[in-house]
Amino acid sequence: MNFAEHFFHERRKAVTRRYFFNQCGVGLGALALASLLRGNDGFAATAGNPLSPHAPPFPARAKRVIYLFQAGGPSQLDLFNHCPGLAKYDGQPIPKEIVKDQRYAFIKPDAALFASRFQFARHGQCGAELSEALPYLAEVVDDIAIVNSMTTPAFNHAPAQIFMNTGSTVFGRPSMGAWVSYGLGSESQDLPAFVVLSSAGGTSGGSGNWGAGFLPTVYQGVAFRRSGDPILYLANPPGITPAMQRRSLDALKELNQDRLDVVGDPEISTRINSFEMAYRMQTTAPELMDLAKESKQTLEMYGAVPGESSFANNCLLARRLVERGVRFVQLFHEAWDHHSDVTGGIKKECGATDKPCAALIKDLKQRGMLEDTLVIWGGEFGRTPMVETNKEAGRSQGRDHHPQAFSMWLAGGGIKPGLTLGKTDEFGFNIVQDPVPVHDLHATILRLLGFDHTKLTYHFQGRDFRLTDVEGELVPKLLA
Amino acid sequence: MPSLTPSLVQIGKFFSRAAFAVFCGSAAAAAELPPAATGTVDFVRDVQPILAQNCYNCHGAHKHESQLRWDNKEIALQGGEHGPDIIPGQSAESRMIQLVSGAAPDLIMPQKGDRLTAQQIGILRAWIDQGAPWPASASVKAIDPRRHWAFKAPIRPPIPSVKNKNWPRNAIDSFVLARLEAEKLRPSPEADRSTLLRRLSLDLTGLPPTIQEMEDFLADRSPDAYENQVERLLASPHYGECWARHWLDVARYADSNGYEKDLSRSIWPYRDWVIDAYNNNLPFDQFAIDQLAGDLLTNATLADKVATGFLRNSMLNEEGGIDPEQFRNEGIIERMDVLGKAFLGLTVNCCQCHDHKYDPFSQKEYYRLFAFLNNDDEPGMEVPDQPTQARRTAIQRKIADIHDQLMAQYPDLPQKMEAWEQEMKAMEGTWTVLEPQAYYASVGTKFTKLDDNSLLATGSNPGVSQYTVTAKTSLKGITGFRLEALADANLPSYGPGRAANGNFVLSEFTVEASPDAPIATTNQVPLQNATADFSQPDFPVAAAIDGIITNKIGWAVEDLPGRRNRSRQAVFETKNAVGFDEGTVLKFTLNHSYGDEHTLGRFRLSLTTAPRPLRADPLSSNARAVLALPLQQRTLAQRRELFDFYRLTDSRMAEASKRIDDEQRQWPSAPTTLVLAARDQPRPTHVFIRGDWQKPGALVTPDVPSILPALPKVARLNRLTLARWLVNKRHPTVARVIINRIWQEYFGRGLVATSEDFGTQGDPPTHPELLDWLACEFMDSGWDIKHMQRLIAESATYRQSSVVNPRLQERDAYNQLLARGPRVRVDAEILRDIALSASGLLDGQIGGPPVYPPIPDGVLTLGYGAPMTWETKAGDRYRRALYTFVKRSVPYPSLQVFDAPTGESPCPRRTPSDTPLQALTTLNDPVFVEAAQALALRVWKQGGKDDRARLQFAFELCTGRLPRPNETAVLSSLLQDENHFFENRTARAVQVATLDIKNPPQDVNLERVAAWTMVTRVLLNLDETITKE
Repeated sequence: MNFAEHFFHERRKAVTRRYFFNQCGVGLGALALASLLRGNDGFAATAGNPLSPHAPPFPARAKRVIYLFQAGGPSQLDLFNHCPGLAKYDGQPIPKEIVKDQRYAFIKPDAALFASRFQFARHGQCGAELSEALPYLAEVVDDIAIVNSMTTPAFNHAPAQIFMNTGSTVFGRPSMGAWVSYGLGSESQDLPAFVVLSSAGGTSGGSGNWGAGFLPTVYQGVAFRRSGDPILYLANPPGITPAMQRRSLDALKELNQDRLDVVGDPEISTRINSFEMAYRMQTTAPELMDLAKESKQTLEMYGAVPGESSFANNCLLARRLVERGVRFVQLFHEAWDHHSDVTGGIKKECGATDKPCAALIKDLKQRGMLEDTLVIWGGEFGRTPMVETNKEAGRSQGRDHHPQAFSMWLAGGGIKPGLTLGKTDEFGFNIVQDPVPVHDLHATILRLLGFDHTKLTYHFQGRDFRLTDVEGELVPKLLA
Repeated sequence: MPSLTPSLVQIGKFFSRAAFAVFCGSAAAAAELPPAATGTVDFVRDVQPILAQNCYNCHGAHKHESQLRWDNKEIALQGGEHGPDIIPGQSAESRMIQLVSGAAPDLIMPQKGDRLTAQQIGILRAWIDQGAPWPASASVKAIDPRRHWAFKAPIRPPIPSVKNKNWPRNAIDSFVLARLEAEKLRPSPEADRSTLLRRLSLDLTGLPPTIQEMEDFLADRSPDAYENQVERLLASPHYGECWARHWLDVARYADSNGYEKDLSRSIWPYRDWVIDAYNNNLPFDQFAIDQLAGDLLTNATLADKVATGFLRNSMLNEEGGIDPEQFRNEGIIERMDVLGKAFLGLTVNCCQCHDHKYDPFSQKEYYRLFAFLNNDDEPGMEVPDQPTQARRTAIQRKIADIHDQLMAQYPDLPQKMEAWEQEMKAMEGTWTVLEPQAYYASVGTKFTKLDDNSLLATGSNPGVSQYTVTAKTSLKGITGFRLEALADANLPSYGPGRAANGNFVLSEFTVEASPDAPIATTNQVPLQNATADFSQPDFPVAAAIDGIITNKIGWAVEDLPGRRNRSRQAVFETKNAVGFDEGTVLKFTLNHSYGDEHTLGRFRLSLTTAPRPLRADPLSSNARAVLALPLQQRTLAQRRELFDFYRLTDSRMAEASKRIDDEQRQWPSAPTTLVLAARDQPRPTHVFIRGDWQKPGALVTPDVPSILPALPKVARLNRLTLARWLVNKRHPTVARVIINRIWQEYFGRGLVATSEDFGTQGDPPTHPELLDWLACEFMDSGWDIKHMQRLIAESATYRQSSVVNPRLQERDAYNQLLARGPRVRVDAEILRDIALSASGLLDGQIGGPPVYPPIPDGVLTLGYGAPMTWETKAGDRYRRALYTFVKRSVPYPSLQVFDAPTGESPCPRRTPSDTPLQALTTLNDPVFVEAAQALALRVWKQGGKDDRARLQFAFELCTGRLPRPNETAVLSSLLQDENHFFENRTARAVQVATLDIKNPPQDVNLERVAAWTMVTRVLLNLDETITKE
């Protein structure tokens, strides 16, 4: 029996018993009854709720995740991976033996090398190299681990995003956030387990990036909206006050309870519980979204402005969400597809994201939450060492998609701080040391959360599916 | 051993070594081996752990390398394909010991992982020397997957006898009851009549019964009252809608292409075809054949072709920079998945990269099946409905009449036409088709070179794009170039352009020439006198050589409706003859600046050395063919076809030609749908090594997996053969799979719970005999779906009450034994339809283009790119949810939240969930709020004279039954509170009672209606309202 079936089975058992005790007047010791009915209405916190929190099989270093997904493919060569070969051979064609038979989305394989227009320098005690485009990240560089040797098989946006988020280029698999919610449940009684926040453009992978796939929908990421109510249909209809809503829900609860008594279907008690949680969500979520409650200092640190929709606001919201027990928060910032003017693009997007990313690390740290919150930063692939220029398309000084080698960073939650992992050749084209395929990253993330990635499975269509499909090796060097 | 075949060399080496060992005497061989352990070995304690740790990975439950397993006693002692590995009593001679000890250095076991220690080998030796005792209890049961139940065709089992002879109504009940009696359980009593009719209505039509329907049924005391309801509902056009929705789940129907761009597509005629098929009770075998191969049927009708949209429902990636061939292959892989899930009930896609781990399918067999699906063009086809077709025929007749009149009117016509024909024959010209050497587009688009040297543009279509083509020629004195824009089935509306209507705008056409030499200067070739067989008004072909690349003017070819999407050609003269002694390299540049996808779809380049002036051939290739025929051999239609070109040149016919054009302008448009069209030349299909389309392995021909029945010997290896094979009575899975999914919709769970997987990893059936009986009955009835619906719906099993008692719940939580009726939350679509139906808002129109009911702000922006236009037109708001536009990357929120699939992959079974977001949706989604308001108004106006009557009316509309006293009490109390609350709060009452506060309903007491709205909102949110009891 897999996780989900187990929960549902347990829930049914629990409900049946309660129904049995209530309806049939079977006596039971107070202690045993209490153990069955713990939680505020008997079910929210029992094993019956598929989102009730549960401990992972192994000791966890991270209890929650904030994944800052930088969609579009940020240029690792202008941010993290300092490749002197690029400057040395700037403008010359890349050697054929390096490119081999790699296909490209737009450019031809013999395009000229293109040196980064950013200066790199070493920062912090760890001495990690960062580009000048990331001045704020430089301040927390001792708290993060940079991986310069990420690699993915997919090199078009939608499949690559789906791969990074679900472990497969095929649509319809559960996303990482869904797997984690399935494995760990939620610490929050009145917010979803998995929340999605977005800034900049819509994502190429669409809602499949945070979908539940074949897992029950309850594990799906809930995309908070940028304006208006954060959660769809959160607000009462016009003219209906919270008191009126409460009256309605009381009547509804009574009627549903009455029906449960008649037909005995435990599903009804789940429904009663869902309505109660919805009501709680109606109060919690607006309070959560109200950034004006944050100190001026905090707002300034993130660069957040109450009432706006921005990556900075989303970073601050992410902290507020995990504080309230949300298990997995994923930010999507779809803005890094710099086929043209990569330098200008990097400046612009770093301007929007560098400060809030660093602020999030600092803020979590000062609140003592960084040690058990895993923060992940990265996109679906990297960008080419070669220039993309195309007069007809109005493109110049850009970079094309590059799947072989790209960079991400991770922080907190058991990640070894101050580490720079992996090396590429002098052009940043191929990895020469410590490659980290996406499935290995997934395996490592799951391990930090207390799972053996091969064991967190869901039986579907004849086999046990998992986030890492049939691959995945732990990356021990990343662990603190 | 010279007689050994190469594949046996490995074994040969071993045997020669073993023979050597025997020759030298066992003592000598044993001397190389670690000594056997002393003392008695216990298999479970000492030996099995060694096997488990070192051998099971390759010779265990999941892998049986060399057909050997070390977890199963019989197989292990018997040996795998290399013969016995253990000779009891003779450890030194046993192959196992030889291999683990390294006595055969080129084959050491285990091949992966650490070598066995001397101590471990000693234990194994001692165990063998002691006779290799192996307790049966320590052996894993080995199942031969080829003997798996689902791979044997069902045989109709006898109907079991039961003790309680009164309960069964048909064969289904005997099977169910026999099992219950064996389990010492009793069936539940029949559900009350109102519950039954609501259950039946929701199952057959997806709509709750009206009050009138309920009253009629409750009043009907005839013995076949229930059966009459079954007939009434099966005859309802809503039956087709409801059951089409289930099929569309597995057919992964959607109205958009998926992936990043996720553009809209028109394939709703396929959806309507499915609705019609259910309503007309199309036998399932025909239903399957039409969808997989309708286009290949003799005299295929339009509807047969529309049905092939089933396979076309796969996603289409139009992201910039993709390789279209990669995603064409992924589309076929996806079609294999749907073939497996919709029909076979098998996870065939496991074999894309490797042999199936659990079921007896090889990777090669996968690609043989793949080869059936790999041979199609993918056109969009016009689907005129009958009135449209009639109007079109009338227009064609009128035009033909005008032609005939003209042909009869002028006595000198034969002479005039003869002269014209001579002129036409003379100007055919000689053209040399150029073979493209290099060809690329400025952004995204990729080209496929076809056999006729034309290029087909595929992949992303940025709209503004420059195509470059180079070619070589040895001809000199080149006087002109010809650009043929060719219609093609793979282009939108058949092309020749890539805009949705098949048009293009060629902004500029340039040619550069250089000598075919290592170092050469390239010169622009000046062009003049552009002609075309047709230019769209305001888009003359001359604009393609006007020297301006970036303007939106150029050559375009949209003719009057009904005359579009034909191959066209343009001819450009060179000012000066071109051609070098060394040969000439030509570089053509085709600029498209119009945008909005107006690029060329398929084109071909030619040149000529004929003397100037040159002119584009005004005749179509068909007309040319007629021209070649002797006069007497031409049919009337052919004569008309040729005359159609002539009349344009005869000034006396100008007025008549204008009348023809006027008729043509009346040509009614028709929707299009995506279909399959078999290619004349099948594509070669290769095994993809590790599933990678860039690593083609062995070439394969179409065939079906060997575990399933063989194809008929004489059959052509095409989709039609595959489809007919699927619905052959000897096929073991298809009938079972289909009937199981039908069962699943009634009971919330199939007899095989894993309705998508009947393989060895799927759940076994709870009632295997019943499943087989149903499958046989299904096939023997002529695949009659309504017959099967009747059987299930009329069974006593289905009619049971769904009330659960605690003992039964404890015993059988999932109702696998069927000791009670089903109680399940309705599907997302039905949930919405119930609210609209109860409130009287529902618009019951069947079929048609997808609709755009209101969608919350911000939802559409979650997808990439500019959000699509989502304009809610009159008539869009209250249609059944089935018709809501399905956008794959951004699913409609209220449907997604209740577990509707996204169309991104086939969904043979939905996973129901219950979340707070669902509660928020039914409480606060404006659609549900509006339903509550409309229901309140309806109750207030039609519900009777007092609140008690109104309450009953409202309750019955939502649940199909009257409230019980305590329910009445709760609701009356709520109503009283709300009445009290809204008293003198008119403004708030208006807000609550109506969406349109500026135009509140007249002639009603809005304070009372507002109070009722609060009550009806509760009623619409009741668990019972959204549940099939």
